[in-house]
Amino acid sequence: MHDLEVGEHLYRFPGGLKLRHHKQIACRDPLLRPEMPEALYLPLQQHQGPAGEMLVAPGDRVLKGQPLSRARNDREVPVHAPTSGTISAIKAWPVSWPPDSEAECLVLQPDGKDAWFETTALDDWRHADPADLIGHIRAAGLAGLGGAMFPTAAKLRGEWQQVHTLILNGSECEPYISCDEMLMRERPGAIIEGGLILARALGADEVIIAIEDQMGAVDESLSRALAEHDPDDFCRIVEVTTIYPEGGEKQLIQVLTGAEVPHDGLPQDLGLACLNVGTAAAARDAVIEGKPLIERIVTVSGPGIKHPRNVVALLGTPVSDLLAAAGGLDDDIERLVLGGPMSGLPLASDLIPVAKGSNCILVLRREDTRRVQPVMPCINCGECVRVCPASLLPQELYKYLKAEDYDETDSLHLFDCIECGCCAHVCPSHIPLVDWYRHGKGVLRERGIEDARAQKARQRFEAREKRIAEEKEQRRLRREQREQKLKAGGDAKSEVQAAIERSRSKSAGPDQDGDS
Amino acid sequence: MKLTLAGAPHLPPINTVSGVMKQVLYALIPAIAAHVWFFGLGILFQIALAVAFALALEAVMLKLRERPLEPFLSDYSAVVTAVLFALCMPPLAPWWIALTGMVFAIVVAKHFYGGLGHNLFNPAMVGFAVVIVAFPLDLSQWLAPRQLSPGLPGLWQTAQAIFTGSLPEALSWDTLSQATPLDALKTGVAENRLVTEIRDAPIFGDFGGLGWEWIANFYALGGLWLLYRRVISWHVPVALLATVVVVTVPMWLMGPDINPSPLQHVFSGALVMAAFFIATDPVSGCSTMRGRLVFGAGVAILTLAIRRFGGYPDGVAFAVLLMNMAVPLIDRLTRPRTYGH
Repeated sequence: MHDLEVGEHLYRFPGGLKLRHHKQIACRDPLLRPEMPEALYLPLQQHQGPAGEMLVAPGDRVLKGQPLSRARNDREVPVHAPTSGTISAIKAWPVSWPPDSEAECLVLQPDGKDAWFETTALDDWRHADPADLIGHIRAAGLAGLGGAMFPTAAKLRGEWQQVHTLILNGSECEPYISCDEMLMRERPGAIIEGGLILARALGADEVIIAIEDQMGAVDESLSRALAEHDPDDFCRIVEVTTIYPEGGEKQLIQVLTGAEVPHDGLPQDLGLACLNVGTAAAARDAVIEGKPLIERIVTVSGPGIKHPRNVVALLGTPVSDLLAAAGGLDDDIERLVLGGPMSGLPLASDLIPVAKGSNCILVLRREDTRRVQPVMPCINCGECVRVCPASLLPQELYKYLKAEDYDETDSLHLFDCIECGCCAHVCPSHIPLVDWYRHGKGVLRERGIEDARAQKARQRFEAREKRIAEEKEQRRLRREQREQKLKAGGDAKSEVQAAIERSRSKSAGPDQDGDS
Repeated sequence: MKLTLAGAPHLPPINTVSGVMKQVLYALIPAIAAHVWFFGLGILFQIALAVAFALALEAVMLKLRERPLEPFLSDYSAVVTAVLFALCMPPLAPWWIALTGMVFAIVVAKHFYGGLGHNLFNPAMVGFAVVIVAFPLDLSQWLAPRQLSPGLPGLWQTAQAIFTGSLPEALSWDTLSQATPLDALKTGVAENRLVTEIRDAPIFGDFGGLGWEWIANFYALGGLWLLYRRVISWHVPVALLATVVVVTVPMWLMGPDINPSPLQHVFSGALVMAAFFIATDPVSGCSTMRGRLVFGAGVAILTLAIRRFGGYPDGVAFAVLLMNMAVPLIDRLTRPRTYGH
């Protein structure tokens, strides 16, 4: 057994913010499936890691669930056709990351038949080999549905000690986002079955489902599903206090165990794996039904949308279709955000397609958004220090970033910033702190790459120098040998002479062996 | 549809610099009212003068430094500096003392170092330190509190005293002015009198100085409100006051005749005001929470040392300025442990 108790006691993490939830506005109505979009836009990279190998070409007809790309390792994630139709083109199309950019997308023209490709379910998953389960999950194109889009297969196997506890993260802590809450209400059984499948894949002997203490209906529905699907009491529901960002992986682990993920390590180093509840349900669909990840629940909410609600969207659906499904926009829209209001990405266009990590489309009006100007000087009030869940010194980081003293920001552990946005939210001087940290990380990363490049160049140079020196040395040695021989010239000449004489006498003699 | 692309977080900010400063000013109102009750209208003149000079000098410096006037004149930071400075002034101090103080507070301590957010030293305390060193006589002329006074000067008399330096014939400095309780203690102990004996003088109240102890209570009230509003953190006030008590209790127990009681220490001079309003100045204080504990404790120890050994009856201003010097070092030595390290 392991020493680390998970969810027995609840711990506090430092800092954090109590935020107004705004979640229920999107949960009043049942899930809605928008009409089939005119076209789906599918980037091959919808996860953290390299894109898989493309399997189709423009003009190909594809069926629903057919793989469009193939993973060659656990870090690659395949993409599947969300419906049947024709790949009409591969073209540059707006995507969410980096902001205001385009990427190559497969354009799928639906044929309206929604005809399935053959599905390969795994019979008797309860006794299946973990490697088969992971293979299935990888082939189904799973990447973290909580927003980080980390390849699920890469989370399930790797070079680490035994994982004893699987944490299913249902504590979506950002205001407005309610897709996980909706999923836990609508498909609790799928989450439990998925959790059991993932636990088997990991070899874990315990599943903790972490939900927020304000999710009353969820607790009920999950408990009912537990009674039905978990006869062996593998799973346990733990309610955590709603305080942003308790749903961050590192914070959730701290809350449940009191332990911290090492700064240069992974949750797996603690014997833990943390996956989103949506990922668990997708794992269930992949293994039990053989269905790849082709759709997800997306919250469409915010003060600027007429009818906030949760929708089941096919991957590749343009955001504009979702906005229309939620009743359309109010006037005076200032910002579209992918994700939550604290850490979401601003969208440059409503053409951007839904991807595997798209949990929420948030619509903000002018008065709901942050004014960018004027930024006042930092008055060192320390509010940012009080709310930072990573125990950083945000105002000191800002000071050194402004002074371009990047070494000092590194020693203040800039890279441990989780970009939760708490500091910027409370800053009375309205400094866009998170923007500064992203910038600083970018500079440091670039410098790291440059350092690595310089080091490589230095190594190459040194290797060349060494080779040249060695060659020189060898030449010198050879020369010396020759010179020594020449110095011993007298002996050599007499030897040669002797040899010649020997051969002469031999050739003259009758007792010849044949081959002199 | 025109979409903006600013980075997260996207919600409107919940705080402003001017909001923080305004709350500090609101929190000072009870103490100012108590001050008026015990010492008359003089303090209101001092506040008005200091605020007027501070804003004028702020405007001039912003202009010279080619900075925008509007955001910085309306951030109330200069007003807070001015009010805190004025609250350290004797009620009838001549007008040019406020001017001198504000020149050093706003021009030298603040703008020479880069303006709002960049000053190394607490501007109000720089102003106060300069005037107490430069004009010790004018700053020692404290009015007696209402209970001991033949009659506090009225509006016109106060104005005359501040602007012309002349008092109405019925009043004279001899009748008006009094040593502060801390002055009395300092000179008394120097004359080898017993603390209990010194405390028999009418200027002493129940635990501090007459009048002063109540003003201190109202500072504490305002300070608690600031704590409740999360404008200040508890670290500095708690460390400062606790250190005063921890250091003075054993001394008082060992020699109650030569050492004032902890309550006497806490409730005289500017100690409570410093604990909640001066040593909590964010800009010139520590960034880390543990650093703030060190900072508060340091201010307490230095204040007590100056009160006991120094040439000034109260040492809060100098203690704060000395600790300001130590801030970068304290910050470096008290960095919190980052998650996962």
